[in-house]
Amino acid sequence: MKMLTGGVLAALMTASLPFAASAQEFTPDQPECIAPAAAGGGWDFTCRQVARVMRETGLIDGSMRVQNLSGGGGGVAYAEVVNKRNDEDDLIVAASTATATRLAQGAFPGNTMDQVRWLGTIGADYGVIGVRPDSEYESLEDLMTALAEDPRQISIGGGSATGGWDHLKVLMTAQEAGIEDLRAIKYIAFAGGGEAISQLLAGSLQAYTGDLSEGMGFVESGDLRILAVLAPERLDGEFSEFPTAAEQGYDVVGANWRGFYAPGDMSDEAYDWWVSQLDTMYASDAWKEVMENNGLADLDMHGEEFAEFVAGSVSDIEQISRDIGLVQ
Amino acid sequence: MDTFVQLYDGFAVALSWQNLLLALAGCFLGTMMGALPGLGPANGVAILIPLAFTLGLDAVAALILLTSVYYGAMYGGRISSILLNIPGDEPAMMTCLDGYPMAQAGRAGEALALSGVASFVGAFFATWGLVFLAPLLVQIALLFGPGEYFVLYTLAFATLGGIAASNQAKSAFAAALGIAIAMIGVDTQTGVQRFTFGEVHLYDGIDFLIAIVGLFALSEVFVFLENRGSHEGGKDSGKMKIGRVTPSFKLLRYCTPTMIRSTVLGFISGVLPGAGASLGSFLAYSVEKQVSDPRSETFGKGDPRGVAAPEAGNNAASGGALVPMLALGVPGSGTTAVLLAVLLTLNIQPGPLLFQNNPDVVWGLIAALFIGNFMLLALNIPMVGLFTRVLLVPTHILMPIVAMIAFIGIYSITGSTFELSMMVGFGALGWVLRKLDVPLVPIILGILLGNEMEVNLRRAMTISNGEWTALFDSWLAITLWTIAIVGFVLPIFLGKRVKKKMKQAEEEGPLSD
Repeated sequence: MKMLTGGVLAALMTASLPFAASAQEFTPDQPECIAPAAAGGGWDFTCRQVARVMRETGLIDGSMRVQNLSGGGGGVAYAEVVNKRNDEDDLIVAASTATATRLAQGAFPGNTMDQVRWLGTIGADYGVIGVRPDSEYESLEDLMTALAEDPRQISIGGGSATGGWDHLKVLMTAQEAGIEDLRAIKYIAFAGGGEAISQLLAGSLQAYTGDLSEGMGFVESGDLRILAVLAPERLDGEFSEFPTAAEQGYDVVGANWRGFYAPGDMSDEAYDWWVSQLDTMYASDAWKEVMENNGLADLDMHGEEFAEFVAGSVSDIEQISRDIGLVQ
Repeated sequence: MDTFVQLYDGFAVALSWQNLLLALAGCFLGTMMGALPGLGPANGVAILIPLAFTLGLDAVAALILLTSVYYGAMYGGRISSILLNIPGDEPAMMTCLDGYPMAQAGRAGEALALSGVASFVGAFFATWGLVFLAPLLVQIALLFGPGEYFVLYTLAFATLGGIAASNQAKSAFAAALGIAIAMIGVDTQTGVQRFTFGEVHLYDGIDFLIAIVGLFALSEVFVFLENRGSHEGGKDSGKMKIGRVTPSFKLLRYCTPTMIRSTVLGFISGVLPGAGASLGSFLAYSVEKQVSDPRSETFGKGDPRGVAAPEAGNNAASGGALVPMLALGVPGSGTTAVLLAVLLTLNIQPGPLLFQNNPDVVWGLIAALFIGNFMLLALNIPMVGLFTRVLLVPTHILMPIVAMIAFIGIYSITGSTFELSMMVGFGALGWVLRKLDVPLVPIILGILLGNEMEVNLRRAMTISNGEWTALFDSWLAITLWTIAIVGFVLPIFLGKRVKKKMKQAEEEGPLSD
């Protein structure tokens, strides 16, 4: 029902677009972005960079307030929005693949993905699997063959908890390589990608799984060799030297998207306004610069398309989490 | 020589009027934030990030402001430790042990001034360490695998016996309680929740700031409430003497070896990713105690060396923590994690290439650290008199302010009321434990270090497929084990000898004088 009215409204609005300038449909009084983690993390980055670019490009009058509401890996903020701020029009919340992962694994107790409205993405960070430059594993196939033969010899480290996104990327690749016993693969969780890479350099680990942006500095300094980037096709510019997993015969795409959701009962006018502002911002040069400087790759999905994408990735992650016994 | 040329260029960047003013403002704000219980360096920096962006500062200027706040907060943390027995931030915890007794003995001014100088020494030499040793130290940090980290944290707990002079069993209990609290939350190695009871606020574990503010600040308020009737609240406040506000040259010379030892230890702890300033001040204090006072005669009762050691240690660690952050992109402490995020937001990629790609940022920052250090020393010594006025505020006014700051501080970090109730819970726990004479410091250490210790043990075990020998198979691990065992066993034997001596002394009576 809601979707129907939304569609009708959107149609009406597009039809009356020439007049829309005089009758502003919606503008937030006090735009606010919740970063569901403490200052300094990826969600905080998402809110603050978007707030800055939106202010500078005039997409928002004044400035957008960024509030850090940490706890429960984003679960505290999710529960707060669902339970207490469900009908607010001025509020958006930063989210990423980690949000979808936790929703899929039931780590936000009592909450599901359809309790909020998914706005859109602002880019993605593609997953990589890498090794030390002097490693005996020359290609993704070498690593996967060795893993299939004896998983006890290989420790793979990453910056997320067990069952988290960095871990899942390895599992998805291994599954694609036909490895049956996913639980035998040794994943070592670290507090961040940087810590995992330093343990790779220290010789404690044999392979590293993470996001391209966090590994790039180490690639340039010659401390990390990328075996595969989990993108649908080769990336642009300096990233084009990295082979994709797909071209090596493993059909895996691991995009750590960054984006936003909004309260479940946000009005359609407000929802459409936010979607269109995000869309405009995404196309701006200022945002392209942010993406380039932070290793964010292109991933532009908005509105219903994005909601379907999140639903799809939630169900994929749920399946693989079940396979490794993380979800019963 | 190349290094000096680059450092010179760095000073050229840092010595603009704008940057000097920013450094001054940062130092002042940082000192204030550090002094307020709850608001530590990490939150201080986080709070000022929006300001740096709103002012439209460029990368170097923003970093100068924020690192000045960082260093300032490390200086400021000691103030409330000494004056109120409430650590302003977690690394300043150890400063309470001897700083507060000094203040009670009427030497508050001296303690503040001495700790200011110790902070300066620690931070100043750590910055030199950063200049010369950064590339080298990265190599040392790479010697630490999960096994070595585990032994390092074991060492910290093993030397705990040296800290708590009175009752070893009670401090062991307190440490165990702390480790138990650290277990709450999602276990990162398996993704399984532990002791969360389905409460989403507990999934990330308990923030140690909440525990610290509750255990130290609020329990202090509760004790005050309890005693109000009998004491009328006035006994200790009005009559507290401040003493001289500059340390004598003699005292400084007396503490010089302490400061040198602590600076080295603190700097090394800072360099190790994840260890940070708390471990630095802790190790500095416990080693200093083993070295200068193995028989527990003066430490914990207001020994100036017990004030100098942790302050030199934690400020040296804050300099050391910048090494892995700049050179590896791996934060060595909570605050550097926030600074790392700032760098990323400013489009500067920390890591192995930072020194090549952004030399102006690195050397400008280092020069700013030197300048900030001198500013902080200049700010802190004359302001000792001002700070000590806090002691003259009657307790019945001071305590409500403490409670208010505690609530505002915690709410500003977490933005949720659940954490506030948890803090009150910790306050009540702290009150009960004080009644039972259980020391509070080991609890905090358990919360701070327990998780890292466990996680590294399990990483090591997973990597070695369950072979325990992995914990002994490097010279570094064996060295650390040796230190840990000596640190654990020595106080036990020495303690016996001390008791014997004391008995003898009693028997000999007045003759021993």
